[in-house]
Amino acid sequence: MAPLLKVQDLTTRFRTLDGVVHAVNGISYVLEEGEALGIVGESGCGKSVSVLSVMGLIPEPPGEIIAGQVLYQGQDLLKLDDEQMEHIRGREIAMVFQDPMTSLNPVLTIGRQISEPLIVHLGMGQEEAHRWTVDLLEKVGIPQAADRYRDYPHQFSGGMRQRVMIAMALACAPSILIADEPTTALDVTIQAQIVELVKDLRDQLGMAVIWITHDLGVIAGLAERVIVMYAGFIVERGHVDDIYANPRHPYTLALLKSLPRVDRTSGEKLATIDGLPPDLLGLPPGCPFAPRCEYVVERCVQENPVLEPVGPNREVACWVDVTTRRE
Amino acid sequence: METTITETPQYGLEALEAPPLSLRQLVWLRFRRHKMALAGAVMLILLILYATVGALFFTEAYGNITDTSIRLQAPSAEHPFGTDVVGRDLLARTIYGGQISLMIGLTAVLIVIIVGVLVGAISGYYGGWIDGVLMRFAEAMFNIPTIPLLLVLSKMLSDKVPTIELLGREFSGSVVVITAVIGLTSWMGLARLVRANFLSLKEQEFVTAARSIGASNFSIIFAHILPNTVAPIIVSATLGVANAIISEAYVSFLGVGVMPPTATWGNMLNGAYKYLETAPWTWIFPGSLIVLTVLSINFVGDGLRDALDPRALVE
Amino acid sequence: MTRYIIRRILQAIPLLFIISVMIFMLLRSSGDPIAVMGGRRTTRAEDRERLTRLLGLDQPMHIQYITWLIGNDWRLVDVDGDGIPETPGVRKGALRGDFGDSLMKRGVPALDIIVERLPNTIVLMIPAEIIILAVSLAIGIYSALKQYSLVDQLVTAGSFFGYSMPIFFIALASMYIFAVNFRKWGLPYLPTVGMFDPKVGKTASQVALHMVLPIFSMSVISISGYSRYIRSEMLEVISQDYIRTAYAKGLSERMVLVGHALKNAALPFVTLVGIDVPLLLGGAVVTETIFAWPGMGRLFIDHLGRNDTPVVMGILMMISIAVVFSQLLVDIVYAWLDPRIRYT
Repeated sequence: MAPLLKVQDLTTRFRTLDGVVHAVNGISYVLEEGEALGIVGESGCGKSVSVLSVMGLIPEPPGEIIAGQVLYQGQDLLKLDDEQMEHIRGREIAMVFQDPMTSLNPVLTIGRQISEPLIVHLGMGQEEAHRWTVDLLEKVGIPQAADRYRDYPHQFSGGMRQRVMIAMALACAPSILIADEPTTALDVTIQAQIVELVKDLRDQLGMAVIWITHDLGVIAGLAERVIVMYAGFIVERGHVDDIYANPRHPYTLALLKSLPRVDRTSGEKLATIDGLPPDLLGLPPGCPFAPRCEYVVERCVQENPVLEPVGPNREVACWVDVTTRRE
Repeated sequence: METTITETPQYGLEALEAPPLSLRQLVWLRFRRHKMALAGAVMLILLILYATVGALFFTEAYGNITDTSIRLQAPSAEHPFGTDVVGRDLLARTIYGGQISLMIGLTAVLIVIIVGVLVGAISGYYGGWIDGVLMRFAEAMFNIPTIPLLLVLSKMLSDKVPTIELLGREFSGSVVVITAVIGLTSWMGLARLVRANFLSLKEQEFVTAARSIGASNFSIIFAHILPNTVAPIIVSATLGVANAIISEAYVSFLGVGVMPPTATWGNMLNGAYKYLETAPWTWIFPGSLIVLTVLSINFVGDGLRDALDPRALVE
Repeated sequence: MTRYIIRRILQAIPLLFIISVMIFMLLRSSGDPIAVMGGRRTTRAEDRERLTRLLGLDQPMHIQYITWLIGNDWRLVDVDGDGIPETPGVRKGALRGDFGDSLMKRGVPALDIIVERLPNTIVLMIPAEIIILAVSLAIGIYSALKQYSLVDQLVTAGSFFGYSMPIFFIALASMYIFAVNFRKWGLPYLPTVGMFDPKVGKTASQVALHMVLPIFSMSVISISGYSRYIRSEMLEVISQDYIRTAYAKGLSERMVLVGHALKNAALPFVTLVGIDVPLLLGGAVVTETIFAWPGMGRLFIDHLGRNDTPVVMGILMMISIAVVFSQLLVDIVYAWLDPRIRYT
């Protein structure tokens, strides 16, 4: 069965006053129907830019998708013109953003904002869209949905606003929901609620989910497969449980080690990753993680490793085998 | 297990060879990038030189010699800018007029800064009824249209102030009046700005910290909070000079500003429309000088605003 | 929402009072009205005294203010100096539109003189304001959408120039080019003086023709400044996250602009109108003088030169009231547009 979404060698860069920023460097992955995929990495590693590229939301003057294919149901989205992409966005592939306060239009009612895709994409009339919207609001857990249709974003709390955004994204029952760090701006307890909500909705509606985060803890509860990104490259991927149990890339390893855990004895120092995040303006020829890597060897500095399978459904881009410290 | 790890080179930290730039250097760097602002600055310097150095070539008296036999002469070798309606040399008058116009601009802005910052700081810092009273007052003044107000005040006070002598030049009292009047009617915008900044800054922790070590209100206002709002004050002041120069020009043009024989670019244009066709040089030269000055100030102000923009400083 | 409106109106009232006090103080300190009224003839001492008492000028300041405000025709004034009020006063008070009688045109109420010229100013100002707003909006939005294009750069450069010119320079230059030189070159030219050609009469087309240069001069400065402002506000709006969300929902550029961006950009635009109205009204003084337009502004200058304080103050007060009301209106419209203010 052909995958729902197939990203192939996607490369995106930005021209800035200080030079060319290589945000995404030739990444490839697939997404099956109904699957939940997590993309993990620190700020600036290219995870947001990669999904924005898929959606065609990269502003063209500074940004440029210079290579790659994004095959959705067999069609290359990068080759579509604006009008065709407008049919895909919001309808087939929908997105939820990080900060619900700034991502919702402050001068329009939330009801109007949710009804909009229904009217535009599904051709509903005002009344029908209104009813559907109230229905959606109930589904995402907004109490007194009918009354709140006419409310404005600033009248909701952070968690509620994010639910509104989710309702807005799922209005047309898309096949893929992309969530770009949707819980980062929320309290921890609310985070859990939102994750649960998305899981439930996924079970109900059967859509595929791409969940982007820098927080490994969140992914564990939701995704089946995980991609780890660093400096615009994919450095590791595989099944969630597998990666957590046996991380193979030094970066993944370091990430997991740096997670504070309840079961550790107090008095242990929190592990950190030495060094600074990579400068995307001038990437060295070798592995981008080399300057901070514990396992670095000569080859790492000269050659950038490619993703190679190290097990069933498991790939790592590293010259060193972290279990044996040799390759 | 074999260890094959070599020393981990500290790439990250080594990259920071140059020490981070100070704020002033950063601002200057960003100002330099702004080509228009640089052009403006150059033009401004040239104009200031024109008004100051040019005075070495002519005396003020020369610019005041009236000789109706050569009135309204077109530009010539002897009078490069031509002569005006009573035969005075226009070039000399634009030089000395420039001095006055620029001086009025700068001094008026000084008044604006002093009054505006004081009112804004006190209003914003103390709040309460002082804030209410001051802001009501500012709003009332804000609602009275500026130019008519300037005209009325100017007319009322012009003859009440005597001629003063400063730096070897005689200024008719109207210069002082105009400067004061412009200054006292233009401070409201700055006051509002400063007040807004104070309102937000006084809640910040560094103020609480200062209070906890017993700093007096006076020192908190002037030594702690004020330095943090310097950027918008600078921008506002720069643009205020342009505004003051134009205001003086308007008022003098209408005949209630600076009184002759003291020349300003504005009053040189008074009645110029009578000679619109016959002697265009009488208004083209002083008018263009005003435009160039204000233009260059606006360029510089714009560049400063971009360079000092706090959001962009976080790069 | 109604509560907000009421609150704003209640705020405006003390403001108007403060303004009236300030204007009154200006009025009283600007010379001796009796002397101006007398003109060159010296008045007899008794006449002066009588007049002084009739006009209430011998009263303490705060009484004078109240008299100015609400008049004294509803009570008796002591005119003959014997301490017993017996004559009814003649002042109706500013609240009823009585700003005193003109000192220049003796006996004629200041208000009448002002009102006679008022329509001429309105005829000039309203089209000017509409043109300024419409063109600034168009240029600003276009420049924001086509940022850094050639048109945008030209417009930005041009705005700087337009914004830096004093209005009389633009007026003189445009007069020079479009009136004087056009005539010289045999092209149809524009009139520069007055509201209509007396030989032809006050027809609509005459007035319209005469309006061109004044409105042009006024517009250049304002449009230059405001188009830049709108441009930067529009750019600010376009860069917001919610615009990205709108695109992510699959809306077309037009739908995003009209449905999402414009309403947010309307807010600073409305503020702009609030700023411009007082400037326009105040600037009328200069424009009307240059173009000899028979409006309120010209009246102001003429009577200022002749120390006719009642008329001058009357105009000042009326313009201030207009400004206060326009600000009030702007605030209400702003609150109506921005739900964040409405619901707090």
